[in-house]
Amino acid sequence: MSQSVYGARVRRKEDPRLVTGHGQYTDDVQLPGLLYAAMLRSPHAHARILSIDARDAEAMPGVVKVYTGSQLKGLVAPIPTAWIPPESDLKMVEHPVLAYDRVRYAGDGVAMVVAESRALAEDALDAIRVDYEALPAVYDQVRAMATDAPQLHGDAPGNVALHWTVGTDTDEVFRAADVVVSQTIRQQRLIPNPMEPRSAAALYNGATGELTLWATSQNPHIHRVLVSGVLGIPEHRLRIVSTDVGGGFGSKIACYPDEVLVAYAARDLGVPVKWTETRSEHFTATSHGRDHVDEVQLAGTRDGKVLAVRVKAYANMGAYLSTAGPGVPTILFGLIVNGAYDIAHASAEVYGVFTNTTPVDAYRGAGRPEATFLIERIMDRYAAAIQMDPVEVRRRNLIRREQFPYANPFGLSYDSGDYHQALDKALAMLDYPAIRREQEALRRQGKYIGIGFSTYVEMCGLGPSQVAGAVGFQGGLWESAMVRVHPGGKVSVFTGASPHGQGEETTFAQIVAEKLGLPLEDIEVVHGDTNRIAMGWGTYGSRTTAVGGGALALAADRVVAKAKTIAAHMLEIPEEAVQFEEGRFHPEGSRDRSVSFQEVTLQAYLAWNLPAGVEPGLEASAFYDPTNFTYPFGTHIAVVSVDAETGETRLMRYIAVDDCGPTINPMIVEGQIHGGIAQGVGQALYEGAVYDDDAQLVTGSFLDYAMPKARFFPRIELDHTVTPSPHNPLGVKGVGETGTIASTPAVVNAVMDALAPLGVDDLAMPFTPARVWEAIQAAEGRKGGQS
Amino acid sequence: MEGHLSIQLTVNGRAVAGEVEPRTLLAHYLRDALGLTGTHVGCDTSQCGACTVLIDGLPVKSCTVLAVQADGSAITTVEGLASGGHAHAVQRAFQERHGLQCGFCTPGVLMLSSWFIQQYPTADDRQIREALDGIICRCTGYENIVQSIARAQEIQRENQAPLAGEAREGVSS
Repeated sequence: MSQSVYGARVRRKEDPRLVTGHGQYTDDVQLPGLLYAAMLRSPHAHARILSIDARDAEAMPGVVKVYTGSQLKGLVAPIPTAWIPPESDLKMVEHPVLAYDRVRYAGDGVAMVVAESRALAEDALDAIRVDYEALPAVYDQVRAMATDAPQLHGDAPGNVALHWTVGTDTDEVFRAADVVVSQTIRQQRLIPNPMEPRSAAALYNGATGELTLWATSQNPHIHRVLVSGVLGIPEHRLRIVSTDVGGGFGSKIACYPDEVLVAYAARDLGVPVKWTETRSEHFTATSHGRDHVDEVQLAGTRDGKVLAVRVKAYANMGAYLSTAGPGVPTILFGLIVNGAYDIAHASAEVYGVFTNTTPVDAYRGAGRPEATFLIERIMDRYAAAIQMDPVEVRRRNLIRREQFPYANPFGLSYDSGDYHQALDKALAMLDYPAIRREQEALRRQGKYIGIGFSTYVEMCGLGPSQVAGAVGFQGGLWESAMVRVHPGGKVSVFTGASPHGQGEETTFAQIVAEKLGLPLEDIEVVHGDTNRIAMGWGTYGSRTTAVGGGALALAADRVVAKAKTIAAHMLEIPEEAVQFEEGRFHPEGSRDRSVSFQEVTLQAYLAWNLPAGVEPGLEASAFYDPTNFTYPFGTHIAVVSVDAETGETRLMRYIAVDDCGPTINPMIVEGQIHGGIAQGVGQALYEGAVYDDDAQLVTGSFLDYAMPKARFFPRIELDHTVTPSPHNPLGVKGVGETGTIASTPAVVNAVMDALAPLGVDDLAMPFTPARVWEAIQAAEGRKGGQS
Repeated sequence: MEGHLSIQLTVNGRAVAGEVEPRTLLAHYLRDALGLTGTHVGCDTSQCGACTVLIDGLPVKSCTVLAVQADGSAITTVEGLASGGHAHAVQRAFQERHGLQCGFCTPGVLMLSSWFIQQYPTADDRQIREALDGIICRCTGYENIVQSIARAQEIQRENQAPLAGEAREGVSS
């Protein structure tokens, strides 16, 4: 028997098809008679639609039909929101699939052309005449709350979409505290940009009434629920397929108008229809992330003990409420603003605000990066205020090992950890005293390097369904798994999670290989098809391995239990006396007689001689609902150099020590951390959506929106600690988002550390060379003025 | 067809002839007319490189080339990267070093890398990173792409070593 594959760096089962060009992405779908759709999108950020004339477009050769909002009103229900935080006074405004009287952001859908080719459909867009009456627009959430701001929705006065508060009363602590530090922080809007654009293809079978919708989805079953509701197609006649999905990062959670329209047209015309967004469309018509203005305050003692933290957040929701949008700046943000620190008093107050911008939803980390950024930045400012080393301040406030399970001020129960151990390990990798000496020496030469820390924790592994209900998520958050052993002993695994790059076809096969004692190549993992998988909630929130893997472990255990019963019968010994190891069943303490897993499987299917009461076949399902979230944690350290002449920041070293519990495939875990770090660094240094005063997106392509490139990074230095979570069968904590959550503040703290001797103490992300240079100049001007 | 132009080219070693609209991009011709959906289109400004193919041996973003411009050329796409049933060094290396996650940018990265390791068989980490400047990957943070290309250089050397000596067996694996 070969060595265990569980915990090993085995190559991915996904890769052979993906490195040979044989993936099955949505835009790869080809069907006989396929028509192509293109969307006409509003060029105005805010306007009344006076009239739409599509006659010329419909008369063009190859054009089959043009759909407008007024035609579909009443036939297609509005796009729903699936997260309604309790006691938030959420305004459920109408989000039509195509605007019929008013457009509310540049990119809002106005009409859909269906034609015989992609090019003909796009040609016809130019022939649709829309008369708009432009209205004043607002892109900034704070300005949108002003009394004279343009109003987006009649039923949301002041553009307030939601107002939500959580936590303990902190006023008394702040009044009495010796030290109070405050900062207003803008966490800029980001554009998710998975490399695969969104796409949808639909095929309607008029005879059976079944509609198949291929869609770029992180959660096909959630799409089935939502599309079913919007189009009135019953769930047993609606099949969503998302075989290979080219990244999501949150942007493929939401149900968008586009896939609904494609499905509608396929049913209406009786011909298959496909649509794929261009990258330009992605920039304006796919959900964005972050976009907070946060007023954060920390109260502490002079000797480094944090007493309270509070935040008032203004979250930009965009023009409509996206599927999970309202939950991101509330539940996923407010409940963890104390971070990894033992802080007795904390509170958060959140305004979600409508603006004339693309709707905002989850983006890798979703709420937790925003919370982590605030606490990690304000910890550094606190350290500066009391003239203490930022490491020492963290050390004095990190939750101690003996405090777990730790109840945070918002009622969360952090599962397990040794936060100090991760910090110490990272500091040893860095050689902290040496780099501080080097920094001092370089400063004397007029060269500036900075060291930044982020001792983060996050909550993920979403999550107990009871909690999902309590926080207003309109779904469950359990996961399903089915393990089907075929008569010949090969195994199909069906998971309700929907990986799209995270490699669970491999890690889930590793789980089953370990449980059943089978080689990895005998196990196939099936995901992303609602007709093959009973139900599931998808892949986001670093939940797939913790929750989907938990379900799978339980299902595999059930298979083994049944096989054991049959094996005992075959071996003619009591079941308690059967031992299962390395793929064989034998009497405890003796290997003279044994039966293989394959022999037992065959008998289960032949059913010639099964024990009394045992049904034929060998498969088992599990629906697993976790008892708590999981809480991965760690320490990230960035070392940067800043060129004071040019303002350019260079990342010199990046160290990450993460604890995501036991790892099933360390190679895949490291890949998740690398990618997460790059995205977080992107926010700190490069990325940012910019709107002009007419609420037009200025950064509307890869030419204007700076995506991280390979040459921006040094080798990433990784290590880990292992603290299992007691809350799921595998003890795993999730690792998809940690890198993004941890890295932005680490890099920002490093740059601010480098700039401190130059007198720069506040700067907004991203830290582009121009912005850093201007800040240095401004600080020098202030110094000049003082002297 | 009216307004269409005839083209003849070689794709992955096979002769192909067709009629195309003059405005058809090579990337769309490969995907829609030839069904070679391994070549991916990730942007519309020629930044991301997912559509990179080899034209007469050189890496080119196939979204920047009209199909009619490729008339008479020899094109290699990711589907044609393996030869004689054997994976190319970059296809092996990217699997060994986890150089891909969602796989969408991967075909372009592989095509570029296959050319790069041939041209620059001993390029170092910094040079590899510079060479990837025309590629955008959102999943990997590039770390394992860089490692994979370095590994592909090794595999290429291992493959070439017997050629220089006596034994010719085991060249392809």
